Amino acid sequence: MNVLVGLGGSDESIKTLRQTIDRTQDVGDDLTIAVLEKPESKRSQDEMYEEANALLSEAGVDADLVRLEGDPGSALVDHAEQGEFDQLVIGGGTLSPMGKIQLGPITEFVLLNAPTTVKLVR
Amino acid sequence: MGRARLYPDEPSGPFPSPPSTIEDREGRDIEIQAPGELTTDLDAVVEMYDRFDPTDRAQGIPPTGEDRIRNWLETIAEESVNVIAHHKPNDDDIDVDSGADSGGDVIAHAMLVPDADDPAAIENNSDIEWELAIFVLQDYQQAGIGTHLLKHLLGHASDVGIERVWLTVERWNNPAIALYERVGFEASGTESFEQEMSIRLE
Repeated sequence: MNVLVGLGGSDESIKTLRQTIDRTQDVGDDLTIAVLEKPESKRSQDEMYEEANALLSEAGVDADLVRLEGDPGSALVDHAEQGEFDQLVIGGGTLSPMGKIQLGPITEFVLLNAPTTVKLVR
Repeated sequence: MGRARLYPDEPSGPFPSPPSTIEDREGRDIEIQAPGELTTDLDAVVEMYDRFDPTDRAQGIPPTGEDRIRNWLETIAEESVNVIAHHKPNDDDIDVDSGADSGGDVIAHAMLVPDADDPAAIENNSDIEWELAIFVLQDYQQAGIGTHLLKHLLGHASDVGIERVWLTVERWNNPAIALYERVGFEASGTESFEQEMSIRLE
């Protein structure tokens, strides 16, 4: 399967990438990692790009690694539409202090606009 | 949690402080109390959530199954601020078999959980923001209990120095949004599947 994973710069993004790399190793998917532009994130786009690169080398997984500029949800869905992807993977939300699952506006945009199957990683 | 949340400029209140006994729209006596710590009433609250109809869950809470409910409450119990509603049985319908449990069953619970990385290090409750949640058992919904319980939670919060309270609610849950607006919550933050709302207390 041809998988595109979209990453912001949060801890949730790291978890999403780790799980996706594990899955790629298990089933031999083709993986593309898109690092999104989210200035308010904990990690900058460059930092996230470097961290993704390091995680890939560590796991010995071959993947395409790209930076996408502009509005993150829109850029990711656009990239998914241009390529031959079977599945788009994004983080599955954060937990509030109370333990409530919170899906942000990027998740909502991707779910409502993506032409492919979307996987939310918890 | 680093994101700045917006709060109304004008504070809301005053709100009533627990304890109170109110009569709901079905004529039932409902006693609202603020336990010192949730841990003392934990079993009764776990039992309430165990009876909660999972079709009314919101954003993954409450969890289902007694163990998961207990685990969830224990995680947040220690630093949380709580109000609990009991249905006080009338004198003529006390169940003699229930013995010690004469205070009646817990039928609703509302709480505030600190939005802080290290809740134990909180010096002033006004320094941090508090997340609110409220649950009313299905048989006791639409009887005005939620409004009373919410007001008493905010009154209790004000008593312990809390100033900023926020919540999220599923965007399509109009009855809940209307309830929050009635007591003074205003929409804040970005809208997605969930609507964030906030209130400033006196």
